Amino acid sequence: MVKIMTQLMTEDGIRCDGRRLDELRNISIKVGVLKNADGSAYIEFGKNKILAGVFGPRDVHPKHMANQDSGILRCRYHMSPFSVTERKNPAPSRREIEISKVIKEALQPSVILKDYPRTVIDVFIEVLQADGGSRCAALDAASVALADAGIPMRDLVSACAAGKVADRIVLDVNNEEDQEGQADMPVALMPNVGKITLLQLDGMLKPEEFKTCMQTALVGCRKVYEVQRKALMEKYFQTGEQ
Amino acid sequence: MNSQIIDQLKREKILELLKTGKRIDGRSLDEQRALTIETGVIPKANGSARIKLGNTEVITGVKIQPDKPFPDLGDKGILICTAEILPLADPNVEPGPPNEEVIELARVVDRGIRETEMIDLHQLVLIEDKSVIGMFIDSSVIDSGGNLFDACSYASVAGILSCTVPKYEIKDEAPVLVEGVTSKPPIKTLPVSVTMARIGDYVVVDPTKDEESCMDARITITTNSDGNICAVQKGGSDGFTAEQLIQCSETALSVGRKIRKQFEQLK
Repeated sequence: MVKIMTQLMTEDGIRCDGRRLDELRNISIKVGVLKNADGSAYIEFGKNKILAGVFGPRDVHPKHMANQDSGILRCRYHMSPFSVTERKNPAPSRREIEISKVIKEALQPSVILKDYPRTVIDVFIEVLQADGGSRCAALDAASVALADAGIPMRDLVSACAAGKVADRIVLDVNNEEDQEGQADMPVALMPNVGKITLLQLDGMLKPEEFKTCMQTALVGCRKVYEVQRKALMEKYFQTGEQ
Repeated sequence: MNSQIIDQLKREKILELLKTGKRIDGRSLDEQRALTIETGVIPKANGSARIKLGNTEVITGVKIQPDKPFPDLGDKGILICTAEILPLADPNVEPGPPNEEVIELARVVDRGIRETEMIDLHQLVLIEDKSVIGMFIDSSVIDSGGNLFDACSYASVAGILSCTVPKYEIKDEAPVLVEGVTSKPPIKTLPVSVTMARIGDYVVVDPTKDEESCMDARITITTNSDGNICAVQKGGSDGFTAEQLIQCSETALSVGRKIRKQFEQLK
């Protein structure tokens, strides 16, 4: 098999998509894009195109899942069959089930569930087109959608990955870098609380690189936070003034 | 409902003890439970291990057979780790399709062994793009006493270390088993997974079932023999600070060394 190795980085640290080491892809977020959902958001993060819809707090079905002392959060991350190069089977894969779980656990610390006993807040995420870092982008949209639904929150959750490509630590790993790079580390942060709510890694990092990589990702999370904040302000403050 | 009240009481007791630097079973915060490893327990498998980590017990079997390579990875053999919690292992586990916890468990165990590149998969190729050797490492939790992530990972590593790879010859482009000839698997490094739980402001290594029932968050870090960090998974419904995570990565490396010595003896 002939493998076409894309050159991931030039000598002076310019990446295969033209970005510098510490540069994010373009991000745009739109708030309140769905009529039926209580809260929603659409994010474009590089080539990722992702919708998030939030329903609730509402009655829990099946009832045995309900918690008497607190609300519960459920999350479904799903990729459309047409979102990737080769058609994806629409049934949820093991990967999607794991990602749903880590996204739920990343959002949970930010949502004040205690205020809504016996109810559920459902977060549905649909990846319409996937590029590298779709779980982070999905999480960014989901957090904004929760805010749009008017659910009391301690903070937004902002997520971004960092990684190791051609022996250098880079921010926001794209698809090519994810496939052929040396490490990928998605991180989610509650920027005002200073809590890391998602951390995964696959790849190989020296202990020093591990620290740098995490710090790099955290810087990215804070940049993403500004975009999320601006998107929410746009809906709730500019329309209010008109 | 009842268990929620009990968990709350457990948490109070556990936290009270942690404030004095102690744990409910008398261990120090960064101390693992004793690990015992027995290999070769299933002679019909190519490799096997039964391990005990405190009250947690896992049995792993390794099956090796020729397979077709993945379409985009024709120059590599196949390595698949799975994990399941048997219904006899825990009163709260029911038979049926795996839930998200079990899927996460299996994927984190697999990731640890895959990302450290424990096995040189290039050496498992019979005919490039056509035929390779597949290694299937299946772990079953038979008694659950907390920290299934590390227990399944240790059992998988021990199972791999104990296995012998049968020899296959190519006849008419098809692999044929050569009776009686085996070799050691191509091991490059020894992955060690270390799981820690945060309870309040304290981080404890190798949590028991009681500690897990009241933890805020969990982190699993897998390191290799060269001291690299190769796989991480955060779990649980709360988070960590950056300082805590860096501390955890250092703990994972130091605790990992002791376990790795135990693995070395199996080689």
